[in-house]
Amino acid sequence: MPNLEELAPQFAHIKGWGIDADPKNDPTYPMKQRTNAEHSGYSWDRPTQQVAHEEVLHSNERPGLTAVFGTTVPPTGLSGALRRYAFQYSESSYGHWLPLLLADRVNVVEGIIDDFKQGRVPNIFAEKGWKSEWKHNPQGLATKVLITVAITAGVVALLRGNRSRSLQRA
Amino acid sequence: MLAMNYRGPGRVRIDHKPMPEIKHPEDAIVRVTRSCICGSDLHLYNGNVPDTRVGSTFGHEFIGVVEEIGPEVHKLKVGDQVLVPFNVACGKCHFCQQGMFGNCHESNPEATAVGGIFGYSHTAGGYDGGQAEFVRVPYANVGPTVIPPGMDPDDAVLLTDVVPTGYQAAEMGGIQPGDTVVVFGAGPVGIMAARCAWLFGAGRVIVFDQYEYRLEFVRNYAPCEAYNFKEIDDPVLFIKKMTDWMGADVCIDAVGAEAAGSALQTITGRKTLLQAGSATAMHWAINSVKKGGIISVVGVYGPTDNLIPIGNFMNKGLTMRGNQTSVKRLLPRLIEHVQNGVLNPRALITHRVPLEDVADAYHIFSEKLDNCIKPVLIPPSANA
Repeated sequence: MPNLEELAPQFAHIKGWGIDADPKNDPTYPMKQRTNAEHSGYSWDRPTQQVAHEEVLHSNERPGLTAVFGTTVPPTGLSGALRRYAFQYSESSYGHWLPLLLADRVNVVEGIIDDFKQGRVPNIFAEKGWKSEWKHNPQGLATKVLITVAITAGVVALLRGNRSRSLQRA
Repeated sequence: MLAMNYRGPGRVRIDHKPMPEIKHPEDAIVRVTRSCICGSDLHLYNGNVPDTRVGSTFGHEFIGVVEEIGPEVHKLKVGDQVLVPFNVACGKCHFCQQGMFGNCHESNPEATAVGGIFGYSHTAGGYDGGQAEFVRVPYANVGPTVIPPGMDPDDAVLLTDVVPTGYQAAEMGGIQPGDTVVVFGAGPVGIMAARCAWLFGAGRVIVFDQYEYRLEFVRNYAPCEAYNFKEIDDPVLFIKKMTDWMGADVCIDAVGAEAAGSALQTITGRKTLLQAGSATAMHWAINSVKKGGIISVVGVYGPTDNLIPIGNFMNKGLTMRGNQTSVKRLLPRLIEHVQNGVLNPRALITHRVPLEDVADAYHIFSEKLDNCIKPVLIPPSANA
């Protein structure tokens, strides 16, 4: 790690170089215990590389995979295609994050379809924890149910009204 | 094995999943004995973190027993009871070498801005988390720490995230003796940040939240002043008035993306995702800290953009510090604090829920039902 004295000769031609340097003025400490390793180049003895048996997407802001990575839920289907598209863009780009958010929503529908394919009807009320809502906030649950019923009834009535008007016109 | 299974925003269930396997020579398989739901899990639960895939298992706060180790694991043995920091960290990269274990460069291929985190979406590395009976723990020589004999497991599980995050929040505030510290959020991390602010010599600690039961808790636990921002017209003005019109020395954002308190932020940040979460707490922090003050951010936001008054930040000459917590760096000191009775983490735990009832636990925590502060999930195999 080069110190001020070692570096000084290189900058002798710059009047005043380093005269106010104060290594103790480091607002990153103690979060970062500065080693100044960056001055000697970023290199480290990399851990053993995990072998990828599944498709693992990686940020285009790095050259390849990290030494270890998660292998859960590899990209598949339409959501997977959207995720692959997203990873063509950097983490600084909306082209990265917005397709990922869209993929997440598409993935929810894919999840429901997968459940049905496996002969399972997802119990959405249980998944949403409504049992606990009933136990700890029955009034709130009743309000939610009433609002949902009212909105559904309103939409159905509206659609029926539209249909009968178009039939009358025909 | 049983594991929590994410199905979409607001929907989780318990399912049978395949047992985790050793995928890397430094991996261990841990049988989970306690696993918490974290406030930041709610960002995933609500569908606010991009690349949260259906079928994922969440959970980055867990302890357990080592069941199997890879050929290069030499610091742990089968049967060890370990607490596992939420960061996946290699210990060798440039950042780990500088003590920044939350910023490891060898644990998350999907994003460079954040290191690997257990059970926290593919944006944080695509690892399954600890809300399961078993979990794969990479870099087992680095993160997992043997639980000291006699330590209560409820204390140990909170040392994986809540305690170090609250502590680092206070540490990043650069609190000087006598400073006035304002903490936004009385969730578990905010409560711990308020408690830890005293350890750095704060002269006054003030917490803001919208839930009376949490305010009551933090008043007694920290102990500190605590106010309900829903009963205050303008929290920033309120803070200015109570600090001789100057503002707080240090403000801590312990809320992040789920913040309430501003309709604009809520609609654009939480409902329509036009920004990376609601930045109300950050907004208040910038405007209520004194000129030259320090803002410490441990609340989690998404990876895109947020509406914050950056002009005021510059004009006031503020310093903002934030990071994912470097749990490993802080553990020795915090274990000491717990063992000496300086910190009492387990008092935060209000709900112990069987893993099988994970959907109800998420709902209770998310909706703040039954005066919930911190829920812990207990897998059926915990006592095997």
